[in-house]
Amino acid sequence: MIAEEAVDVVVVGGGPAGLSVATELRRRGAGKVVVVEREATAGGVPRHTDHLGFGVRDLRRVMSGPRYAATLVRRAERAGVDIRTATTVTRWVGGRTLALASRDGTSVVAARAVVLATGVRERPRSARLVPGDRPAGVYTTAAIQQLVQRGIRPGTRAVIVGAEHVSFSAVLTLRHAGCSVAAMVTPLPRHQTYWPLRIATATRYRVKVLTGVDVAAIHGRPRVERVELTNGTTIECDTVVFTGDWIPDHELARGAGATIDGSHGGPLVDGAARTDRTGVFAVGNLVHPAETADVCALHGRHAAPAVMEWLAVDEWPSRRLRILTNAPIVWVSPAWIDPLIATPRDRFVLRVDRFVESRTMRARQDGRELWHGTVLGGSLVPNRSISIAAHWTADVDPDGGDVVLSVEP
Amino acid sequence: MFDVCVIGAGVVGSAVARLLSHQHLSVVLVDAAPDVGAGTSKANTAILHTGFDATPGSVDAGLVARGYELLRRYAPTVGIAVEETGAVLVAWTDEQAEALPALVAKAHTNGYDAAALVDAGEVRAREPHLGGGVVAGMVVPGEHIIDPWSTPIAFAREAIANGATWRPGCRVAGFEFGDAKTVVTFERGDPIETRFVVNAAGLFSDVVHELAGGSGFTVRPRRGELIVFDKLARGLLHGTVLPVPTSTTKGVLVAPTVFGNVMVGPTADDIGDKAATGSTRAGIDALVAHARRILPALADEEVTAVYAGLRAATEHSDYQLVHHPDRRYVCLGGIRSTGLTASMALAEEALRRLVECGLTMSPKEDDEIVPIRMTNLGEVEPRPYQQPGNTGIVCHCERVTRDEIAVACTVVPAATDLDGVRRRTRAIAGRCQGFACLAEVCTIAAAATSTTPESWLHG
Repeated sequence: MIAEEAVDVVVVGGGPAGLSVATELRRRGAGKVVVVEREATAGGVPRHTDHLGFGVRDLRRVMSGPRYAATLVRRAERAGVDIRTATTVTRWVGGRTLALASRDGTSVVAARAVVLATGVRERPRSARLVPGDRPAGVYTTAAIQQLVQRGIRPGTRAVIVGAEHVSFSAVLTLRHAGCSVAAMVTPLPRHQTYWPLRIATATRYRVKVLTGVDVAAIHGRPRVERVELTNGTTIECDTVVFTGDWIPDHELARGAGATIDGSHGGPLVDGAARTDRTGVFAVGNLVHPAETADVCALHGRHAAPAVMEWLAVDEWPSRRLRILTNAPIVWVSPAWIDPLIATPRDRFVLRVDRFVESRTMRARQDGRELWHGTVLGGSLVPNRSISIAAHWTADVDPDGGDVVLSVEP
Repeated sequence: MFDVCVIGAGVVGSAVARLLSHQHLSVVLVDAAPDVGAGTSKANTAILHTGFDATPGSVDAGLVARGYELLRRYAPTVGIAVEETGAVLVAWTDEQAEALPALVAKAHTNGYDAAALVDAGEVRAREPHLGGGVVAGMVVPGEHIIDPWSTPIAFAREAIANGATWRPGCRVAGFEFGDAKTVVTFERGDPIETRFVVNAAGLFSDVVHELAGGSGFTVRPRRGELIVFDKLARGLLHGTVLPVPTSTTKGVLVAPTVFGNVMVGPTADDIGDKAATGSTRAGIDALVAHARRILPALADEEVTAVYAGLRAATEHSDYQLVHHPDRRYVCLGGIRSTGLTASMALAEEALRRLVECGLTMSPKEDDEIVPIRMTNLGEVEPRPYQQPGNTGIVCHCERVTRDEIAVACTVVPAATDLDGVRRRTRAIAGRCQGFACLAEVCTIAAAATSTTPESWLHG
């Protein structure tokens, strides 16, 4: 029998969301807070995203990804968070008891609260069921970022699958490594990034975006030689990068038996980041795949008071109202409403699956209008983060039916 | 000069080399590819078959049944993961149900007595996640799942540990048969002088056979596509779910893997091209449709990998086993999908035929045979990441430690590319497909072999 260590909070995942919730918990007086991070260094995805734009919303500064990651780690350490790197949660042993594996072998930790902050990954080629050969040279954005950071050139001529923000980030990474971009392809009718980024890549790197077309097959051996498109054309290249199309790393959330939002794969949470498993919280991109790092950090920070409350009063909601969404909205997060609890940043984040002219949305409960208004900045574009105000949740009838969110024509 | 040259380091050739290495003989194992098990042996259904459905009295039937017993016993002794999950053969129509009694009788004729008919309720009790429409079933408790990647590597490693020479990257160009020796020439590299030759060239066994002056069969590859579902699907399945076979194919099965995934396949397309190892839109779509029908909850799970492999089918239904004493030549050709199960029995068969060709066996004493130990890749037995003092997990999806990757790149027969690393360790084979670990795996492989990460990355 392995000795069981008892702690107050285990945070699984040492990215922006996990580090931020842990730091805030310590600042609010939580006892033993442990962050379990499987990589050798904490900090999460920003460690490998070596460009500016991090920390704006949470730290009110602009810094590079690696610097931002290091800053979050330092702040957590200063706050007294116990960060255990190179440590993996392998499975649940009990309701809030986890089995760990590290260089020292296996161990068990029992927590009063568990916060899942396991993040997201990009859907790889195989999960997208793209047929053809299985050559070298097929990657995701995160893989090429790590390669380039180590000075390893991913290839010489790439096709990028996807045309959302991260896809354009992949262009920058490849160009930095001296790899040209033959084309970006997206099955959608237009790219989904902001125009400045699109114009910058178009003028600086002359990147061609092929819309309304997808990759039909990959050919080549042992290295990629060409990509076949659904319109019958082929593109010669030695590199294919599959970008975006995020999947939450939900293995532990599933293992906990938490109810999953089928439209994005992450666990359902309320405004306080509570899942429907007692004492188990979920923060960051696990519950909204995928937002920027600072939004994840703020989500983590926002969850801390609720974790403190759970540690203090030992109460867990038994019934919550669900927000259902009508097409073209695919998901909203958080998707459970507790009228007494504010949502992170007083917003809901959501996604749509097609381009929509309207920017007006409406929330109803049992036929009664709770709110209508315009989205906060931007327009309804697939794969792009969309936010709406959340102050209206105070008007929700806690004994009423589900809330329905829809786009007004 | 060697006593025996084994051509082909797939699961069959490697098994032959291993068994020969237990004799006082000099053995050389050659392959056209740079690695062991890199051809038709690497993409199969990873099942250790009882042989219950073989054609009674056929060459295959005896070899599959014997090979099953041999590999089942051997695998645990060297650390090849194997699990006795059993199988249930499911009839989805009345017509299929009517075929079941004959299949049970056939199993009994093949000497497999544990096969038994079960009703729909028993099928459901065993596999509660099956889709609707189960009419009846037949249980085959002895069916196993096995690690198909480690098996040929273990055979080759044991052969090498016991004195066999490993010559990768040698494609046979021709033979010069003399009175006492044969010269095997290659497209590149020095020729080999040997007394005896064993042809275990898999997909190219017909080509090698012709070069050796033989004839009588042509390999017409049958492409089989497979899809592997996420480990989160493993709980949906107790054991292997087989369809009722038809005259042309065994059909699409759903099986757990020893790595903790669920596999669906194979398709069966007769194609002419020995290089057509790519997957197809039609094949993948058909497998997804099969998956949803057989195990509907699979529709909600991600696909981790798509593989396509070629079986060395011929115009004949049986293995093509021939030997020519005058040329001191043994051919193990046309070994189809049952080659993994039959491999160790085929090795015995090869030795028997070598003796008939005039080779004198001289067995080593037990204590002269160097044992080997593979790193367990299965989910049942302990793995390195669970041991105190391990070197830390690098591939998180598959929980592969740093040392395992370095060992894969350095212990003979060593990996020569990332695919070889994947087959030896499971690294990069998981749900993220290298999103988190690709750069690190290349860096470790490069450091272990004093090469560059690019040389590993670019294949």
